[in-house]
Amino acid sequence: MNSLPGTDYFELFGLSPAFAIDMEQLSLRYRELQRSAHPDRFASASAQEKRISVQQAALINEAYQVLRTPLSRGRYMLARLGANIDDTDTSMEPTFLMEQMELREALAAVTASDDPFASLDSLRDRIEAMEREMVAQLQQLLDTNDTPGSDDLQRGIQLVRKMQFIQRLLGEVDELEDQLAHVG
Amino acid sequence: MAYSDKVLDHYENPRNVGTFENEDDGVGTGMVGAPACGDVMRLQIKVNDEGVIEDACFKTYGCGSAIASSSLVTEWVKGKSLDEAGSIKNSDIAEELALPPVKIHCSVLAEDAIKAAINDYKSKHQD
Repeated sequence: MNSLPGTDYFELFGLSPAFAIDMEQLSLRYRELQRSAHPDRFASASAQEKRISVQQAALINEAYQVLRTPLSRGRYMLARLGANIDDTDTSMEPTFLMEQMELREALAAVTASDDPFASLDSLRDRIEAMEREMVAQLQQLLDTNDTPGSDDLQRGIQLVRKMQFIQRLLGEVDELEDQLAHVG
Repeated sequence: MAYSDKVLDHYENPRNVGTFENEDDGVGTGMVGAPACGDVMRLQIKVNDEGVIEDACFKTYGCGSAIASSSLVTEWVKGKSLDEAGSIKNSDIAEELALPPVKIHCSVLAEDAIKAAINDYKSKHQD
């Protein structure tokens, strides 16, 4: 086995390229590949073989991390289809940004509310529901089209961009929960 | 990462945090976001009959550099005409705050926000 950068991540794990991925198969293949590329197995190998095994292990890890979560998997699949995401583009749908601002304000008000844990829980439910909806839309877009057109790809990019905001927001929900748990 | 003194100053004492009534005819609102880091920024201007920005405020959820960039811009635009305010460049902001290269996008966000606020005001007055 000597697949190196340029390798298709789905191929690496023996998966067909789909957004709705077989998670069990992914982690199973990940563990197998990790074992076969483990540096310990190359203890008596040549310097070149050692170097290749290290690169191999890094590639396997990278590919696993990318395919594991819907956001990075979606981003990767769009890039495979030639739709790269420009992170310097700051224009977003105003209604989406308004909602993001409102959610941030609600999050900032949690600590001072009567029941911070309950407020935080309901806020988390609301954000996770938004995330599920976006994941479902992305799946529909990537898996039901054999050849997504440029309109589809644009919609996919917008979805991934929105999911990045949602992920950041959920990270802050976690942080606040941590803080509340340590104060209370 | 170490923040510059100017960033820390704006971060610890942000100027002009707040909200104007968007329904107000003289108010322009700019809302922008950075997908890469999930920052959200709202910047508002209050424009008088002579087309001069009388007041400005912001609300930013993001890192220290994003907060400092928007805080600085609200200070800069007060007393400026729309054209003058619209010519503020992200490089001016980055230079003033001594932002490191990885934080340049925060100054871009602030430039985009003031431009969006000006456009919003103009779209309310395009007759």
